[in-house]
Order: sequence, then C-alpha cells, then structure tokens
Amino acid sequence: MSPTTVKPVKVPAIVTELPALGPATTLHLPKEAEATLPNGLTVIAIRRPSVPLVEVRLRIPFGKAHPARAAMLAQTILSGTDTMTSVEIAAALQTVGGGLSAGVDPDRLLLAGNGLVSGLGRILELLGEVLTAARYPAEEVATERARLVDHIQVAQSQPQHVARTALLRRIYGRHPYANQLPEPEQVKAVRPAQLRALHSERVRPAGATLVLVGDIQPAKAIDTAEQILGGWAIGGDVPASKWELPAVPSLVPGPLMVVDRPESVQSSLRMALPAVHRTHPDHAALLLANLIFGGYFSSRWVENIREDKGYTYGPHSAIEHLVAGSSLTVAADVATEVTGPAMLETLYELGRLASLPPGAEELEQARQYALGSLRLGVATQAGLAGLAVTYAGAGLRLDHLAEHSARLAAVTMDEVAAAAATYLAPARAVTVVLGDAERIAAPLAALTPIEKAQP
Amino acid sequence: MARRSNKIAATRYPVERLTLPNGLRVVLAPDRSAPVVGVAVVYDVGIRSEPEGRTGFAHLFEHLMFQGSANLEKLAHFRHVQGSGGTFNGSTHLDYTDYFEVLPSNALERALFLEADRMRGPRLTEENLRNQVDVVKEEIRVNVLNQPYGGFPWLTLPPVMFDTFPNAHDGYGSFTDLESATVADAADFFERYYAAGNAVLTVAGDIDVAETTALIERHFGSVPARPAPARPSFDEPDLTAERRKSYTDRLAPLPAVAAAWRVPDPVADFAGYLPYVVLAEVLTDGDASRLVERLVLKDRSVTSVGGYLGFMGEPFEVRDPTALLLQAHLPPGGDTDKLLRTVDEELDRLAQDGLAAGELARTQARMATHLLRDTDAVLSRTLRMAVLEQQRGEPGLLNELPVLLAEVTEEQIRAAAAALRPERRATIEVIPGAAR
Repeated sequence: MSPTTVKPVKVPAIVTELPALGPATTLHLPKEAEATLPNGLTVIAIRRPSVPLVEVRLRIPFGKAHPARAAMLAQTILSGTDTMTSVEIAAALQTVGGGLSAGVDPDRLLLAGNGLVSGLGRILELLGEVLTAARYPAEEVATERARLVDHIQVAQSQPQHVARTALLRRIYGRHPYANQLPEPEQVKAVRPAQLRALHSERVRPAGATLVLVGDIQPAKAIDTAEQILGGWAIGGDVPASKWELPAVPSLVPGPLMVVDRPESVQSSLRMALPAVHRTHPDHAALLLANLIFGGYFSSRWVENIREDKGYTYGPHSAIEHLVAGSSLTVAADVATEVTGPAMLETLYELGRLASLPPGAEELEQARQYALGSLRLGVATQAGLAGLAVTYAGAGLRLDHLAEHSARLAAVTMDEVAAAAATYLAPARAVTVVLGDAERIAAPLAALTPIEKAQP
Repeated sequence: MARRSNKIAATRYPVERLTLPNGLRVVLAPDRSAPVVGVAVVYDVGIRSEPEGRTGFAHLFEHLMFQGSANLEKLAHFRHVQGSGGTFNGSTHLDYTDYFEVLPSNALERALFLEADRMRGPRLTEENLRNQVDVVKEEIRVNVLNQPYGGFPWLTLPPVMFDTFPNAHDGYGSFTDLESATVADAADFFERYYAAGNAVLTVAGDIDVAETTALIERHFGSVPARPAPARPSFDEPDLTAERRKSYTDRLAPLPAVAAAWRVPDPVADFAGYLPYVVLAEVLTDGDASRLVERLVLKDRSVTSVGGYLGFMGEPFEVRDPTALLLQAHLPPGGDTDKLLRTVDEELDRLAQDGLAAGELARTQARMATHLLRDTDAVLSRTLRMAVLEQQRGEPGLLNELPVLLAEVTEEQIRAAAAALRPERRATIEVIPGAAR
C-alpha cells in the first residue's frame, strides 16, 4: 500500500500509563418485600427488571436427613404427583418458558427454577403441586434410582470427587457433613414408601424460604405466592430443633494423608483450614487474607505455583460456609512429578502470610476485588436469587451485603495479619493428597509426616 | 393469577457499531441497570486456523496474551483487572479467540488500556512460553488425561466426522507439538492473526456511548492498522456412509456415545440452520422432550442424553462446517447399536408424524428463557455480540434470536429430523476401561 494514497488520519499518542479509576460505584440494594405466611413459609421478593424473567428458589431445611433417601428425594420429587406425570409437569413448565430442578446437601433441599415472568403464577402452581402431592411412583423411583447409582459411580471415578470425599471424611469424622454423596449400595436400598415418609415429615413450609427475583412488583409477587402456596399444609408438629445439626468438630491436624490412585498423571492436593461464619468479627479480615493467599488469580500462591513454576492450571482456595460451621479449603491439581515441590510452595505461602503482614498494595488490591465481586455478583437475576437464598440459609437478608461491604472497606492490615496468623497457619491444616502413592509418598514424606489411607 | 398467554419475550438492548481508521470494529451496547461493564476483544482466529504440526497453538497463544505487553509486566494484567474489582479470562474456540473483563463501571478505561496494550504486542519471551506450555499441559491433564470422559466428545468426535486437518485435529494439542512451539511461531501467529482489522471490541453495560467512544479512540486509535488475513473455507463434503469409531477410556466406569450429523451453514444459510437448533431442544430439553422421555424414562437405555449444535455447544458462535450432536451416557452393559436404532426410530417418527399439539411452542418458550437468561449477564451479552459482529456484522441479532427461533415451523422441524439419516452420521463410542 502506498502511503500517498491514504488519507492522513490523526492517530492519537500511545497511552503508556495505567488510567486511574473513576469515582467508586455505589452498591444499590434492589427493591424487595418479605412476608411470612400463616403456614410458616417465608417469601422474599426482589425486583430486578433487567429481562422479562423470574428466578425461583425454595430452600427447605434438610439437616439430619438420611443421606441416600434425601438424595433420592431430590432425584424423584419432580417424578409425578397425584394428577400429573413427570412428563406432564415438565411440559407444563416449558409452556411458560419454565423449568424446575431439585438438589440437596447436608443443610437443605433446594428447588430452583426460572421462566418467563408472565408464567410466575403457573410455575408456583406447579411447584405447589409438587410440594403437596408428589407421589414417588414405584416405576419412576426405580428408573431414577438406577440413574443416581450410575451418576455416583461416575462421580467416584473423578479425582476431584475422590479427593474431596477423603478430605471431608478427615475433617468431619462422624459429623453428617462427612458424607455429602451417598454410596451406591445405600441408594439401591431406598424404597418409594421411605421417600413418601421423608417428604411428609420434612417437605414443610415452616422454616422454608421462597425467593423470587425478576421483573416483578415485590408486593404483588408475594400476594401471588400467598394465594398459591398459602395452602401448603403445615404438617406435623416436630420442633425444628430436632433437625438441628451439631456444630462441626474443630480441625484436628495430623499426618498428611496420601490416598492412592495408581498411575494418576496428576496429584490432587487438598487442605482444610479453620474459618468463621459470615457474621463473625474476623470474617472480613479472613476473607481478605484468603484472597491474598490463594483466593483469586492475583494471589501469592497462584502467582507462585502457576505463573512462576507452571506446576498447575487452576489452583484456588475458598471459604465454604455451611449452617453448622465454616471451613477454608485449598485445592490444586499438579503434575505427579512436582507433587513434593508444589506442597513445599503451598506450605511456604501459608506460612509466609501467617508470619509476616501483607503489603499495603496487595491488601488494597484484594479489598477492591472483594468489593467489586459483590457488585458483579448481584448484577443478574440469577446472581441475586442465589445470594438471597444463601443468605437466608444463614438467617441474613440482602442488607447484609451493605454491612459486609462496609466491613471489608474498614479492615486494617493488622487485622488481616492477625487473621492469617490465626486461621492460615500451616500447622493447623488438615491435608489429603490423592495421587500415585508409589511416586508421591517419598517426596511428601520429606516435607511432613504422612500416613496412607486405608483402601 | 397466572397469565397463560405466551407472547415471545425479547430484549431491546440498543446497539451502536463503528469502525476505527485502523480497521478495528467496535460494538457498544449500553444498559445502565447495574454499575458493571463488560469488555471483550474477539480475534478472528481459532483452532481451525492452526498450522499443521502446531496443534493446540491457538490456545497456547491465548495464554501468552496474558503474559505482559508493551507497558505491562507479566502478572500486571491480572492484578490491574482484579485490583479494580473485576474478573477476566480468555477462551479459544474453533473459529475465534476471546479476551474479556467484567468490572465495576468505574474501571472501564483501565480495561480498555489493558486490551489496547496487548493488541499492540504481547511480551513473547522464551521464559513465558516455557512457563505457559507447562500450565497448558496441566490444563490438559486436569481436563482430559486425568479425567474420565476427558475430551468426550468435542476432541474425540471431530476426527471421525472430518478428514481435513483444520476440522479433525486435537484443538487442545499434543504435548509434542506444544513443547516444540517457539517464540518465533508466536510472533508469526500474532503478526498474521492479531491485527486490528481482524478484531472486534465490544463494550456493554453501564456506559455512555459518546464518552466510551472517545475512550476507545484514545486507547485503540494508536494501534497500527493491519488488515485481516483472508480466511480459507474449511468446508468438507458431507458423509455418504456411516462412520463409527470407539476407544477405551481407562478411567471411565460406564459406556458413553456421541453421534453427529452435518447441518446447513450457520452464517450463509441461517434460515436453514435455525430449525436444527430448535430440533436439538425438541429432542433433549428436559423430561418432556422426545429422547429424554423415550430413552431415559421409558426404555432406561441411557442415564442422560443431551443435544446441541456445534462441537463446543455454541450454536450462534460457530461457522461452517458444523454439526448437530447427540450425546448420551449408558448404564453398565448399555447397548450402543440398540440406542442408535432407537434414535433413528424417534427421528423417523418425528419426520413422519410431526409434533404433538403445543410441543413446538413450549420448546420455543423455554429456549426464549434460556436466551434471555444468558443475556441478563453483561459478560455473556458482551461476548455474544462481539462474535455476532465478527461472523455476521450483526450484533443486534442477539435481541432478535428468541423471535427468530419462535418462527421456526413444524414443517421445518420435520424436514430437519428427516435429514438426520444414519448414512450421514458419525459416531464415537467410549468403552469403559474402569468398569467395576
């Protein structure tokens, strides 16, 4: 191309300096309404009209439920009612652009769905139909039981699942949190009558929370929910305290546990450290300490074992909150041949943060990330619904977002250093490594006492 | 009470397009409902453009784009995005590579600076290359080699269906090819494909169009003009005889199978393509869909079945040639032959008897929800509009998709089902090597 034929264009100078941030955006809490119906169901309705949809979440406390029966109940609660088959329920939901699914963990049964906002009433009618008239037909239960057994078998072939299971058993011992996915044999023993009994006993409005988020008028949405779900029967008179889980046991550090996976091309490093619940005075400081250690990409641990040494792809650490206790988990999948060195760097980074205060700049960076994540997390209907129902499980409401933001903004470097010393100290860690024991046991034993898991 | 009327809902995001003098195409989609912005730069290069002997290179290069640039040290990009309260990533696809951030809107200019700096030139050093080859190898180990069903079917089915290197090779790459990649290869790849004229910048969310345009000119206006390379056709003849392969996955406990049929050109023949997008949902969306009802609930011949367009499940972000895929996991001892025969039977039934009353409308209503729900997240809106601009010059198509899908007719679905003949089918079967 000849330069003389091109019309001269004014090209701006190259910008070489990082632009400053604009004024901080403010956190606006959306308009919401809440009511507890006479049958005990709490309804929280939140307006976010970004798209003409609605998100639905129903959280039912499910602590102490028999794990295999609870898993099967979630698998089959949508399998048919007195008047509708599973296919009819699914088709009726689809007609209003809707869908529903069910899931369970040691704390709760969660029915989650979404659809066109014009179909909110219909979705709630179908939800009500399932809550009050789920039938657990023998044929469908048999089908779903076989599917669940197969899914569990596939999960048990995944290293992430095997490593997590080993860690949970090591952390929780005999506490119900130790077994978050039942064994195939337990599932095979579940019968429809047991599901009907469990449903009748536990799928109750008292203590349950319904969250609706979308292009709705909150007060009107609550009226709709009351009209449709107000008749959900209260059920038995078992006090909620009967289902309360005991507090989780304190972590008991001990030898690093090696779980053998012969010929594995990677080792799965998993650690648990102590943590505190969302409203504990140390929580904000611990959250920032965790970010600085390994809780986001720009953390010391990720920069070290990924961006400097290339040992791993996606290392991460996170605080996990359950009703009966919180924990901090650390996870990385590393090449078999660098299992020892990767563990060395992990212990080093934990120890460094537990022993020395962080830099002012890295603390500010983590703080901005934490504050920004809160804004991004509530910028969608689904994000808001997920957060609202998670908070509800901890007895909190969306206004906790504002309190939490204020606490994050105020945390001092001393507080972060103290939290790191208290919670991130490697001496307090419980550690499990899944991998080819023949190749990784000796390098790990050079760093710390180890024990081999019983097969 | 519930309103039972079912008008198809759609979004109306305003969309502005412009092209800078250096050839960079820009799409702006303001939406001030939340104080967040999405920024995406999409380059028109993907797995299909990799040279022979360099499998996995497009993806490896994506990693290198995060390793520093003219005014940014290694690690700076991550720190600046996250230290502004945002998140970032990139991903490599068959026909494009994307880079993106989503941030509180006060960090918009920072994100533009970061993207412009690496569009001028990433820091391609031997040390960074070797480091990221190691990281990519771990990515392949965690997602493929150490994982049951790793790479199934997106890596294992294309070589059955296609014959040419661009369409058939492993997009994650072989360790041998990755290890032999050089800094010179990377520099060539950048020079050829990462031109301003080969890229689309999209900014969506909490922005003012005039201010954002000025910021974009300030940061991207100085990127040297370089034209887009000519993109070759990757077309191949359709299959005329059934193809089928199997392999043993030593980690998989149960059998699995995936089958695919070629579909019309997603860009040049969009009207011919859309019925297949709807057909995949008629077949597999939920308990009320044809194949879930028949295979999962009635016959119990599979434990799960899914259907989708494009090997990476991106029906509106893929070019020709592509396919409709069905993917199923089977119970122990499951019979693949019988399963495929049943699928053929159900397709024939659909083609001959048509749909039940309401079946098409409810499937389309659910598809509208899925599209709108994706659109609600500013990041997915940003990325999809960027690719729609790049591949079609039509970013506003995102607003129209629910309606276009709702206009697909029963006759079109029947014709699409009739076209999925066994002799046009490619199938890959996973034989479990870890059966208990």
